[in-house]
Amino acid sequence: MTQEHMHAAERPPALSVGPLGWARANLFNTWYNSVITLVILWAVIQAVPPLINWAFIDAVWGGGEPDACRVEGAGACWSFIGEKYRLILFGLYPFAEQWRPLLVMVLFIGLVVATMRRLLWGRSLIAAWGVSTVVMFALMYGGFLGLPFVANSYWGGLPLTVGLSTIGLVVAFPLGIILALGRRSNMPAVRTLCVVYIELIRGVPLITVLFMASVLFPLFLPTGVTIDKLLRAQVGLILFAAAYLAEVVRGGLQAIPKGQFEAADSLGLGYWSKMRLIILPQALRISIPPLVNTFIGFFKDTTLVIIIGLFDLLNAAKTALTDRAWAGFYMEAYLFCAIIYFAFCFTMSRYSQNLERKLRTGHARR
Amino acid sequence: MSAHPQATATGKTGIIQMLGVHKWYGEFHVLRDIQLSVDQGEKIVICGPSGSGKSTMIRCINALEEYQRGQIIVDGVPLTNNLKNIDAVRREVGMVFQQFNLFPHLTVLENLTLAPLWVRKTPRREAEETAMYYLERVKIPDQARKYPGQLSGGQQQRVAIARSLCMRPKIMLFDEPTSALDPEMIKEVLDVMIELADEGMTMLCVTHEMGFARTVANRVIFMDAGQIVEQNEPEEFFNNPQSERTKLFLSQILSH
Repeated sequence: MTQEHMHAAERPPALSVGPLGWARANLFNTWYNSVITLVILWAVIQAVPPLINWAFIDAVWGGGEPDACRVEGAGACWSFIGEKYRLILFGLYPFAEQWRPLLVMVLFIGLVVATMRRLLWGRSLIAAWGVSTVVMFALMYGGFLGLPFVANSYWGGLPLTVGLSTIGLVVAFPLGIILALGRRSNMPAVRTLCVVYIELIRGVPLITVLFMASVLFPLFLPTGVTIDKLLRAQVGLILFAAAYLAEVVRGGLQAIPKGQFEAADSLGLGYWSKMRLIILPQALRISIPPLVNTFIGFFKDTTLVIIIGLFDLLNAAKTALTDRAWAGFYMEAYLFCAIIYFAFCFTMSRYSQNLERKLRTGHARR
Repeated sequence: MSAHPQATATGKTGIIQMLGVHKWYGEFHVLRDIQLSVDQGEKIVICGPSGSGKSTMIRCINALEEYQRGQIIVDGVPLTNNLKNIDAVRREVGMVFQQFNLFPHLTVLENLTLAPLWVRKTPRREAEETAMYYLERVKIPDQARKYPGQLSGGQQQRVAIARSLCMRPKIMLFDEPTSALDPEMIKEVLDVMIELADEGMTMLCVTHEMGFARTVANRVIFMDAGQIVEQNEPEEFFNNPQSERTKLFLSQILSH
């Protein structure tokens, strides 16, 4: 049997397309979905207008006086942020020199934006990062060309948070990859060492690692030798992150089919070429979601350096609240921090999705 | 049970020699006293029921599998635990897998140039020229910039063959190269293999394509339960099988 006429393409039924069709298909397709939709709609109507009133309409914007915020019916006291944002952003860094950390942050964000463009990936970008890192440290420390020296115990706020997490991840990531490879090694000694390290670090809270790095570690150093607190915290963070990243990478490695290893072997590739050219590019690509999850978690975990007395963003915000004239504006201080953290984390998250899409090569994995 | 007299290389040293090779997976004795000598340019088809050890045997030849007793010498290099020897053998032995095992994150061209660039240290230009030459040979030069996932199974397997050939191997191992293919794609892969055979490549193929065995093989080996049960030239092997197990196997695969 054959069909005589080709069926002409028709428009879909009106109610299945457009916003109405969408709402019907997604919000009101069953009676319980309709109920859920209505309940959520009600909750949004209850919550959003008061929030907007508080944050914008009734908010106190200008004016450096705390009393303006204390009148009846006043909303958010943004003048508190206006007064204290430099303390929150840069911590105890000398007030007159705060253009330096600001410049560092601008430089850093510029580099990040450049790095997000895959077209620019290459040697010159790596060189740019290398040079900029030196410049950023030079700016932070000073002590040359008439710039006053600022010891790193005065560093704080956003540059500290960003610095600890960026350097932490940049060093911990390759370390994590090596640990993951070691854990899957055929050599029993290497494997055992990696397993013990990973399990030991994962079994201990980050606070403990930081505490050990800052308090216990110096006790074992010979007298007269000191390693500064910031460096110890950084090393603690790196050791901690490496163990977690190792497990994420291991998950990716395990997802690579045995045939990929065999194909690489049969072509005569050595272990390191095989890993670098064949296995890791695939393993890391499928690990992007959990990797970024770990990155984001780690970025926020740096707030724990507060317990060894470093002035990261959150600690700086807390310090701003200790000013008695401005006491009590917790909501504003934490909201301000939250927005900054969110901006960084959300950027990472969106970028990783974008990267995943771009690295897709249109294959069903074998 | 013993090797057919005229089929084994008489006295001459073959390019592949397996001398009394035994292999165990834990307690399971997969390869039992394998004696095999392959001459340069010989084409051997290995068949047998599944689990008979035929894949395991050819995978021993490029050390994808270890063996516990006996000796394997490939192109004069004894395969031991010595990594140098293993690498030397793998450079000269190409392998084609049932599942193609192309590198999905690399383009076809990159799949082909990877080993020449990193193992043979061939200059990029030359490696790419070689790659294009072999892509022409397997009749898909226009797919060079695509990723494996964008090709059909038959095309992927032809790329896999080209990838091995780019290393200019002396021996090619085929491990059921057409078993994962749709019927209409089997021929295009077999055609490439026949061409390769005609040029004098030393080939060991694990396959159930008996037509292919009849056309190109110098020798057909039948394995069962980890042993070489019978080996002969194709005419004799198919028309006049000696052992009962071979007869049974042939009746099963040729009955339809």
